[in-house]
Amino acid sequence: MSQRSLLVGPFNRVEGDLEIRLEVAEGRVTNAYANSPMFRGFEQMMLGKVPIDALTITPRICGICSISQSAAAAAALGAAAGKPPAPQGALVAAILHGIENICDHLTHFNLFFCADFARPAYAGRGWHSRATERFTAMEGSAVRASVDARAQILHIVGLLGGKWPHTLAIQPGGVTRAPTARDRIRMMSTLAAFRRYLETVLFGAAVEDFAHLGTADALRGWAHGDAGLFNEIAADLDLGAMGAGPGRYMSFGAYPLPEGRSFGPGLWENGVLSPIDTDTIREDLSHAWMLGEGAHPSQGQTVPDEDMRDPGYSWCKAPRLAGRTVETGAFARQVVGGHAGALALALAGSNVQARVIGRLLEIARTQMLLEKWVAALKPESRFMDDVAVPQEGEGEGLVEAARGALGHWIRIEAGKIAGYQIIAPTTWNFSPRDANGTPGPVEAALVGAAVGDSEDTPLSVQHIVRSFDPCMVCTVH
Amino acid sequence: MNVLWLQSAGCGGCTMSLLCAEGPGVFDLLGGAGISFLWHPALSEQSGGEVRTLLAQVETGERPLDVLCVEGSILTGPKGTGMFQILSGTGRSMLDWVQSLAPLAHHVVAVGTCATFGGVTSAGGNPAGAIGLQYDGDQPGGALPVAFRSKSGLPVINVAGCPTHPDWVTETLLLLKAGALSAADLDELARPLFYAENLVHHACPKNEFYEYKASAEELSQMGCMMEHLGCVGTQASGDCNIRGWNGGGSCTRAGYPCINCTAPEFEEPRHPFTQTPKFAGIPVGLPSDMPKAWFMALASLSKAATPKRLAENATADRVKVVPNLTSGKK
Repeated sequence: MSQRSLLVGPFNRVEGDLEIRLEVAEGRVTNAYANSPMFRGFEQMMLGKVPIDALTITPRICGICSISQSAAAAAALGAAAGKPPAPQGALVAAILHGIENICDHLTHFNLFFCADFARPAYAGRGWHSRATERFTAMEGSAVRASVDARAQILHIVGLLGGKWPHTLAIQPGGVTRAPTARDRIRMMSTLAAFRRYLETVLFGAAVEDFAHLGTADALRGWAHGDAGLFNEIAADLDLGAMGAGPGRYMSFGAYPLPEGRSFGPGLWENGVLSPIDTDTIREDLSHAWMLGEGAHPSQGQTVPDEDMRDPGYSWCKAPRLAGRTVETGAFARQVVGGHAGALALALAGSNVQARVIGRLLEIARTQMLLEKWVAALKPESRFMDDVAVPQEGEGEGLVEAARGALGHWIRIEAGKIAGYQIIAPTTWNFSPRDANGTPGPVEAALVGAAVGDSEDTPLSVQHIVRSFDPCMVCTVH
Repeated sequence: MNVLWLQSAGCGGCTMSLLCAEGPGVFDLLGGAGISFLWHPALSEQSGGEVRTLLAQVETGERPLDVLCVEGSILTGPKGTGMFQILSGTGRSMLDWVQSLAPLAHHVVAVGTCATFGGVTSAGGNPAGAIGLQYDGDQPGGALPVAFRSKSGLPVINVAGCPTHPDWVTETLLLLKAGALSAADLDELARPLFYAENLVHHACPKNEFYEYKASAEELSQMGCMMEHLGCVGTQASGDCNIRGWNGGGSCTRAGYPCINCTAPEFEEPRHPFTQTPKFAGIPVGLPSDMPKAWFMALASLSKAATPKRLAENATADRVKVVPNLTSGKK
């Protein structure tokens, strides 16, 4: 078999567009290069604006992680102000954010990821007719049920945040609308309906039964609902042996509440959890179409190389934590957060199946959190405190989007934004090579992927790429 | 009727919003009317080579194209090349693709304020050179010239909004399918009148506060947001408060101002989004169609007549004083 090179694109169902260049030999990928092919320049746009305008502009980086961007901007402004939001305001912000994250996982599983199992290339597999019935793009019964369930649960964002995406409800001091006792009861009803969807369709059992699975075998062996159908397919296609990540999992911790983050922060490697020192983050520019030197995001700049010179091959910068690549996302978050089943899976290494299971786990666990949070709402409370953004200052806002760690770094001088840098989850996962030649996580995960002689858009590559749930519009922003 | 949907330089939020269509959901709604996607980047199965083949068939005319929907602005940078966004796998800029495909389509629909006018992608110094399909901000002429008409004879139909309401998109497509959307059904910015003939102000729950100029001073307060908090719902096209979003919400219902996201250049209001610019203490922007002198006279009169209930509630985060239904009956 000969060597060949493939250019894969348009790469759809990745929220935005992606171009992957593959070098293939003996039916295996030997090198992969991920190009994020769109540059808009949000970080440049922010310069000179008043800081609070970040709350209007930055959510519009992304239509699928909009609330995540909003929460990160509010957190960065709040950090600059040095004051926390009203506790009940933080709770409403967590509810808004949790709804977006659970919806994104649902969309990813049903619309973005599983659609590939309905492909004619898998005809003849024992599960193919069931996968086709459930997951065919736009037609499958699971696809339609998930879209309906998603539209219903987003009523909670309609109620608390006015609309989705692009709400302006989340502010450094809390949220703009105080929910009433009636709102609280309605949200409980909406969540009860969503639970019923999860238990009859996605898990085929109680949410808690899935959320509490504590071993790798139990998670991979789950046989009910669409989660079970996925596991059956994953076993047959050996998705558990595909797309290994770097083995370093990073999470900034999800849902900052007065009592702490609901899914804790940290860096997990080889069974050891350590705190993250964000001072060690550097964005390497060696293989990005960017000018200037790599820097910490508090000092970073975004100056595109308009001549798109080699060796650059992407608009994406290459963030590294203490010089190394890390994987971020729902699976990483569950590992870092200490879920027993996720930890057991992590010891066997990250892969396509583990990433999807991580997302399913988080759907179950987020449903439980949302029910707890709505029950804890106290309508008589204040939902907004006075948090004045200073004329001079710096702030770091760290949150977890559905697809992983998201950070905003703001510098304010004379009442205006003097620096604004964003590192999105997919910036970490889909970064290009760094100055040492080390590939980004997805580039490394693709090495070894099987490529059939007649394939120009290899299915294995599609499964691996989509298992990271990339958001390409966030990546470069 | 087939629809080819391309995502150019935007956030994808108009598609994400489209998926929020209800009663029935988006797939039943479009499918039931005989509308299908030739390809959609977030929703279709086909990827990579399959899509390149399909696009080639459309470009050669082998496959007729009924509707081209473009979501996201068109990037012209760097240096006019459009290479800040290529359609991956093709080596060609999205600018080039859109200019090639638009003349082949029976209708061209710009979805969202990025695609219509440039939108948020053109904010600040517009670092990527973002423009709309047939407008550059409020100036006619964008990626397609002023004189462009699709095969149907219509200009680019501008379904503006950041994001678009799902119904604005589905109903535009349904009306096109039914042959019921003509040039007379578009406003002067080519936005469908069925939603653009309303103001966001219409059915705003803060209207009683507006009547008496009982104003909120901070976000989270219940009063009208026009005087202090940057709300331009009285000047903004959209039926947001009539139709409701995500089960009945809207920006003003959630306690933050309308920023006129259906309009060209909303992304650069020349003042902080949540602060009303004033001249001599008086808001600069006045309600559409309102003579200034009358507005000033009515405002000062109504402000003087503000009931105590509204004055107190305006700066509270919930209803403090309920309507007194017994007074005046004796």
